[in-house]
Amino acid sequence: MSKLYVNRRGLLKGTAAAGVGLAAPTIFTSRAWSAEYMNEPTGDTVTLGFNVPQTGAYADEGADELRAYQLAVEHLNGEGDGGMLSTFSSKELKGEGVNGKKVAFVTGDTQTKSDAARASAKRMIEKDGAVMITGGSSSGVAIAVQGLCQEAGVIFMAGLTHSNDTTGKDKRANGFRHFFNTEMTGAALAPVLKNNFGSDRKAYHLTADYTWGWSQEGSIKKYTEELGWETVAAVRTPLGAGDFSQYITPVLNSGADVLVLNHYGRDMVNSLTQAVQFGLRDKEVNGKKFAIVVPLFSRLMAQGAGDAIKGIFGSTNWHWSLQDEGSKAFVKSFGQKYGFPPSQAAHTCYCQTILYADACQRAGSFRPSAVGAALEGFSFDGLGNGPTEYRAADHQCFKDVLVVKGKENPSSNYDLLEVVEITPRAQVEYPAELLGGELGPYNDGA
Amino acid sequence: MDEILLQILNGLDKGGAYALIALGLTIIFGTLGVVNFAHGALFMLGAFCAVAVKAFLGMEKVTLDPTQTTAWGTPMEIRQPYMEAWFGEFGRLVVDFSVPFSVLVAVPVMLIVGIAMERGLIRFFYKRPHADQILVTFGLAIVLQEIIKSFFGANPIPQPAPEAAQGMIDFGIALGFDAGNVVYPAWRLIYFLFSLAVIGGVFAFLQLTTFGMVVRAGMADRETVGLLGIDIDRRFTVVFGIAAVVAGLAGAMYTPILSPDYHMGMDFLVLSFVVVVVGGMGSLPGAVLAGFLLGILQSFASMNEVKDIFPGIDQIIIYLIAVVILLVRPRGLLGRKGVMEH
Amino acid sequence: MSLTMNRNDVLLLIGFTIVVFAAPFIFTPIGAGYPDLLQKFAIFGIFALGFNILFGLTGYLSFGHAAFLGVGSYTAVWSFKLLSMNPLPAIFFAILLGGLFSAVIGYISLRRSGIYFSILTLAFAQMCYNLAYSVLTPITNGETGLQLDQSDPRILDTAAGIDYGAALPVSNFFGIDMNSTVETTLFGQTLQFNSGYYFCAVLLILCFFISMRIFRSPFGLMLRAVKSNQNRMSYTGLNTKPYALAAFIISGMYAGLAGGLMAVTDPLAGAERMQWTASGEVVLMTILGGAGTLLGPVIGAGVIKYFENIFSSFNEGILMQAYSFLPETLQHALVSISSLFVGEGWHLTLGALFMLIVIFLPGGLMEGFRRIRTGISRLMGGGKSGKASDRASAAAE
Repeated sequence: MSKLYVNRRGLLKGTAAAGVGLAAPTIFTSRAWSAEYMNEPTGDTVTLGFNVPQTGAYADEGADELRAYQLAVEHLNGEGDGGMLSTFSSKELKGEGVNGKKVAFVTGDTQTKSDAARASAKRMIEKDGAVMITGGSSSGVAIAVQGLCQEAGVIFMAGLTHSNDTTGKDKRANGFRHFFNTEMTGAALAPVLKNNFGSDRKAYHLTADYTWGWSQEGSIKKYTEELGWETVAAVRTPLGAGDFSQYITPVLNSGADVLVLNHYGRDMVNSLTQAVQFGLRDKEVNGKKFAIVVPLFSRLMAQGAGDAIKGIFGSTNWHWSLQDEGSKAFVKSFGQKYGFPPSQAAHTCYCQTILYADACQRAGSFRPSAVGAALEGFSFDGLGNGPTEYRAADHQCFKDVLVVKGKENPSSNYDLLEVVEITPRAQVEYPAELLGGELGPYNDGA
Repeated sequence: MDEILLQILNGLDKGGAYALIALGLTIIFGTLGVVNFAHGALFMLGAFCAVAVKAFLGMEKVTLDPTQTTAWGTPMEIRQPYMEAWFGEFGRLVVDFSVPFSVLVAVPVMLIVGIAMERGLIRFFYKRPHADQILVTFGLAIVLQEIIKSFFGANPIPQPAPEAAQGMIDFGIALGFDAGNVVYPAWRLIYFLFSLAVIGGVFAFLQLTTFGMVVRAGMADRETVGLLGIDIDRRFTVVFGIAAVVAGLAGAMYTPILSPDYHMGMDFLVLSFVVVVVGGMGSLPGAVLAGFLLGILQSFASMNEVKDIFPGIDQIIIYLIAVVILLVRPRGLLGRKGVMEH
Repeated sequence: MSLTMNRNDVLLLIGFTIVVFAAPFIFTPIGAGYPDLLQKFAIFGIFALGFNILFGLTGYLSFGHAAFLGVGSYTAVWSFKLLSMNPLPAIFFAILLGGLFSAVIGYISLRRSGIYFSILTLAFAQMCYNLAYSVLTPITNGETGLQLDQSDPRILDTAAGIDYGAALPVSNFFGIDMNSTVETTLFGQTLQFNSGYYFCAVLLILCFFISMRIFRSPFGLMLRAVKSNQNRMSYTGLNTKPYALAAFIISGMYAGLAGGLMAVTDPLAGAERMQWTASGEVVLMTILGGAGTLLGPVIGAGVIKYFENIFSSFNEGILMQAYSFLPETLQHALVSISSLFVGEGWHLTLGALFMLIVIFLPGGLMEGFRRIRTGISRLMGGGKSGKASDRASAAAE
């Protein structure tokens, strides 16, 4: 097992300015009277808030996000090898901080709970003077924190959140998402499923019984049914059910030949392991080989399912085995620092930090409305996903989507997924009105 | 019909786990009068015995291969498990059977953990209010799980069953169903039988040995037994150790069904309390009965036919049953008067 | 109930009021003086005060009080959405619904005692939580939590001609925004005076006063009698159930108020507020501070919230800073050790704290204070041994 080596000296330099030390808290005034917007940085540093799960089921994912954030801060301040700054199409960032200010950061624990995440984000805004909040590992938390940032008047750069609502029904002007969503997963995955399993299939859904699960189930249903699949049943399972056997046994004799697991995290690990245990992966139904699909794959979590993921199809935002220059640069710089490759959560968090910094640099300000205007409609390349655009209408990034499959013969613990297809961006784009909601005006907090 | 049969099977193996955890919990309640919020953590520790055994057996020799590099430019690591390097095919087989082996390790480890816990902490709390017991054991549970997290991380760690037990058993044929209609994973059946064996073992121990007789007498009336000049304290230490072993065994064998993570104890904690109370405080048969009953009812509540009539019933069924039973039978299914009522 | 108060109680109330109003001065030096955390101190203080009226006095250990907190939150947000952004109707309905829910659940649960009672309350709360998270999503908005919307009707506001424009509205008390903060710098420290906090603070003091009156009243005495020996009570022909139920409903209303205030200071209501861990938290707060004491629950609430928000925020960079006066090797060693207990390890510290306090201070933090005070007064040559209120609290253990 590899050990995490944190370069303490580098870290020290990076956070020194955020010095909310044990002995001397609140040593600087975060909001001067003359401030034109919330937490306008007045000193020679700008503080970002990294709000990730550090306890609870997603703690490992949160730890990986934090690693990526620290790496991004190093690169922004001109330390390390610069990572994706060298491949990023915008050349505004020179490794000299942002707008002439050194980047500092504060961290907090979301506990994967909306209340705790909002409390932690509020601390960063009210006490530490953070001008941007980013992170998170679930949609409920992302939407809750996004709402808070809108009320407080700071920018929110979403971490891992896959629900449509983040940039759909619950979108906010101050919130931006780089990660993809269930709609794109459905559009990208369905054609690949058809190519591999044919158009005459009967699908059985097991769906985590909360907003993200329903959103995922709806998207997959919509796109697979367009291709001629039939949905036999869609069963809701309680969050954190642990043992899913009572939901899996009805699949056995239901006549379905595809099982779609709309689960994430531990639910996904458990339901997939148990479905394989019940022989579903090797079963034959209607003269066809039974198939299991996990629409949202996370390499980090998939490790928990062990051999069960072999041959299972799914989609992912990014994977470290991609061979474009941006991905290679990021994997190299992350791997050299920590000794293992980054997860998709780490990637999206790193990108969000770079994108935010770049927008501030281009806007020449940290004012949320100015930064937002710089991000809206911004087209870029070189961050590992090919040409990408931050759509102005809903603050959602549009880019290619990866369809992946569990590898049959992994060469290492990290080499679990292989990229089957890169679905081009045009195929996953949808009109912004489709998901409803309204951005509303920017809030600068002053 | 085959549907219902399958759900009964699901309920039995789930109920097996519930019963085992509740059994240990109710032994501690009944004999020591202690509300042990660290019992879920003991279940988790048992599961991590399996993780540790697998990690130990699967230790790898790491050699650096300078001719190949990783994506981030360091030399590729070639890993080979020592067991395989030294013992070849036999070594591989040993690693494959790590979960059953871990049961052998879990017994002494959990016995030591249990005894240490009782001697070092719990015994000072016999006379303290239940609220204090809850606070201290809850604190202990948090400490234990954080220690496990710092060693093994927060993600679930897969523990496959031995290959020989990974298949399905088709016993519908024996009952006159078509082949393939009533099939069930072998490991889950093994788990069910295992839980029956452990439950049987505990009952036999308490019913048939002198030691067990004293403990049962202690459960009924601790003071009198003490007055008879019997050193009840030492026996109670062993009893706590046994309860820890039962929880640990339940956890170790459950790992192929549920990939263990550091938080799994908390998930089972509330449930096991409900099981114990539904069974009736201080009643061992009650705990076992309630474990299987709740397991089976939970399975039935999850059937589509039931959910169509009562949406969301599978979310609350356990608690609903608890409420109904406690209102109909004041002391649970088989509870005795006066135990933990104040 | 007579309206006279003994001198010590008056002093305690005045002291409490001063501390609560001066909170930004007191807590800023330890990094806890920012509005959100102060609000949390006050809100969870109210929650724990109410819980203590049930648990501290009657000994009935409820494991489901978070349900009333959640009900209060949902009610308040719905009041914001449908009626008005004014917090008064919000907390009125939050208290009302908190009371109604606790009356129903309390009536059923109080038919059993001891652990059976605990499990009944737990079961009801878990049912509320699970349903709110999934099936009841139309009312609760499930995982995402209930939030305000620009297009909410807000009948009363519309009738009064208040228009919030395109932006999301903020709850306001007759024109005072609940999120407005006045800042001032004193001795190099930025002090933040937040209107939302002072709104909560006034209610906290009110709740503290009510709780004090209940403790000293014949009704409070009756509740204590329920705890000390229920059997004897019923032999005297007295039915204790109505007293216990009244205590249960009062504590449910406190919880509803706390939930409502959470929505007032931050208009979002999520299902996880009702989870058993949240119910467990208030139990821990009360025991940690000292069950049955007046002040203990508030202190316990403060300690737990402080750990959750401040200890979790220390990362290695901040630790390096804190130990920067030490030689480098020692600095690194200390950072490695300390980082096990802060940041992502804050749970470990909390767990260890629970154990230490309950092992060494069976009466919670309040017992610690009392011991210190008796120690001091003994050193001073034996003055009075503590205030009357403390003796009373000791008797309630």
